[in-house]
Formats: sequence, C-alpha cells, structure tokens
Amino acid sequence: MLVLIVGAGRVGSSVARAALAAGHEVSVLDDDPLSHERLDAGMDTSWEEAGGRFTVGTALEVEALTAAGIEEADVFIASTNGDNTNLTIAQIAQRRFGVERVIVRVMDPARSDWYREQGLNTICPTKHAIEMFNASLGLTA
Amino acid sequence: MYVVIVGGGKVGLNLARELLRNQHEVTLVEQNRSTYLRLEQELEHVVQYGDGTELWVLERAGIGRADLVVAVTGDDEDNILICQVAKEKYLCERIIARCNNPRNLQHFRLLNIMPAVSATDLILNLIEHEVPGHGLVHLLDLPDEQLEIIEVEVTQGAPAEGRRVADIDLPDGSLIISVLPAGGGGFVPKPDTVVNAGDEVLVVLDPGLEDAITAQFSKNGSHG
Repeated sequence: MLVLIVGAGRVGSSVARAALAAGHEVSVLDDDPLSHERLDAGMDTSWEEAGGRFTVGTALEVEALTAAGIEEADVFIASTNGDNTNLTIAQIAQRRFGVERVIVRVMDPARSDWYREQGLNTICPTKHAIEMFNASLGLTA
Repeated sequence: MYVVIVGGGKVGLNLARELLRNQHEVTLVEQNRSTYLRLEQELEHVVQYGDGTELWVLERAGIGRADLVVAVTGDDEDNILICQVAKEKYLCERIIARCNNPRNLQHFRLLNIMPAVSATDLILNLIEHEVPGHGLVHLLDLPDEQLEIIEVEVTQGAPAEGRRVADIDLPDGSLIISVLPAGGGGFVPKPDTVVNAGDEVLVVLDPGLEDAITAQFSKNGSHG
C-alpha cells in the first residue's frame, strides 16, 4: 500500500515513520527541504535508507504531486500547516486522481464538520484538544 | 445588489469603491489587521476584520443574503475555499474568484469555481493580441454559457480569402461578429462583406470548433 503524505510537520512526519515501520510504502511531499530532518529524527538510518521517499515541492503543483506518486497512491494524507491548502489538495486527490482513501487535517472545527458532511474524511485536532481540556476540567461537552 | 468581497488588496478595494459608487451594498472582508485599519479610514462600516475563509466571518458579513461573492485574496487556496462554501454551503448564486497563479486555474475548474479570473492570463491574451502574425487568440471564454470569442487572421491562400462572409464555410455554432481590416479599424460585417488576406476576424463559437474555423482562415489550417 502506498501512502502519500503532504506536509511533513510534527504530525505528518510521525505518521510517515509509523506507516513505514508498519511495512507500507511511504512517500512524503513538503515544500521545505529541511523537513526531511524531521523524518530522519529518531531513526538509526536516513529516511531513504529506511525505504521512504521524499519529494520537495509545492502541494498545489500537479507535477510535484505526480513526482511524489499520487497516481499510484492508495492513501492520501493532507497535513500541511494550512487548512485551505489541505482542503484543496484533498479534493484534488479525491476528484482528479481518484485516490481511494483521503484523510485531511483541518484545524478549524466548523469547516472540519462541514467538509465531513460533504464526504471528506477530516480530522480536527482542535476538537480533540477542546474535548481533552473540557474533560480535565470535569466539564461535559 | 449585495456583494461580499473577500480580500482588501488593490483589487478588492477598487472593486468595493466602484460598486459603492454604483449604489450597490458592499461588505469587504480583510484579515490583516493593519490593512483593515487603513481600509476602515476610508470605507468605515463597509469593511470587516476577519479571516474570510472562516464560516463565522462569512456569516457575520451576511453571506446568506449575498447576491454575489467575490474572492480576491492573494492565495488561490483561500479563493477556492471561499467560493466553494459560498456556493455549496450558503447557496450563493454568483461567485467570482481571482486566480493568482495561472497554473492553478485547473484546480478552480476541477472544483467548479467559475468564473476564475487570472490577471496574468488576461495580460497574456492582450500581448498575443498585439503580436502580429499570431494565428488564433482567445479573447473571451464563457464556460458557463459554453461560448468563446476568438480572433483569427486571414492568411494568403486560405479558403476564406477573397470570399464574402456569407460564403465562408463555417461550422454550425459559429458566427463572424467583426472584421478588423489590415489597415486598422473594425466593423460588424454584412453578408456580402469580403474578407482579405491580412484582415483579422472575430468569431463567436461553441468550444471545440477552433480547428474547423482556423482551417477556413489559414492556408494549411494550422494554428499560428
């Protein structure tokens, strides 16, 4: 299974390492070459030596997405630091490239909910944070 | 008409000014605090502070009753998202999006965010229009209406050269609307107007007929 992860921040790079360790083929696309270091962090070998792929490029560029393997991807994860970028590329992955599983991070709870209703598999970390804060204060949602 | 404009740069500000001058009701949304404060000096309550991609900001701006939503921020993703929620969540009938990078136009099309206006493409079209000897220029595309207007030059030895407009063998779904003679000027032709080599003609057509049309106006039927 090929997992394409766009945006190798804390979340994207951790998920990438976990997916690689689980035996999946993993390709990462990020516009910052330095984010490669986050992929290497905590590993004995470099990301590529461990079997991972890394492409430097802008998420909205079709050439970059193609170079990163979107045409063969079974799973597409949009985890850049911009909600609007994530929502746009997730829809490109779904509608243009027909990727089977598309998962998109959306920090804004309101749009996360609405796009989920539209059929996107959204994950909203803000919502989880709110729930955890409320729970630790003994408040019920 | 009530218009919500998102993005208070040069485009957004001047659009707001023009619309207000023409007695329309306008709300301009700007997310940069210092830009907002500067705009507020001139536009007062017309401008609102906030990230126009957030639903509550759009709702505060009255998107629910907007006749037209215009997204002219400097970010194509933002413009796509603003127009998408305007259309699909708030059922706004008309949208206009600015496309900053012409390479992103395909994404606007994919997500049905039309019309999308690319200043770069508009200027490129004008440059093509000014460059002599260029075979075919797209002057206007109306994707919703399924219409295009092209400009094409009549070359020496082409089937249409020296013929009356009524006799030119154009496909159904196309019509010559102007003749621009080589010497300058331009007019709406009559059926017996004769087109000559070096003239340019403006043709309105259904998309996809370009090749059949250029075949009439250039010698070997190829694009310039």
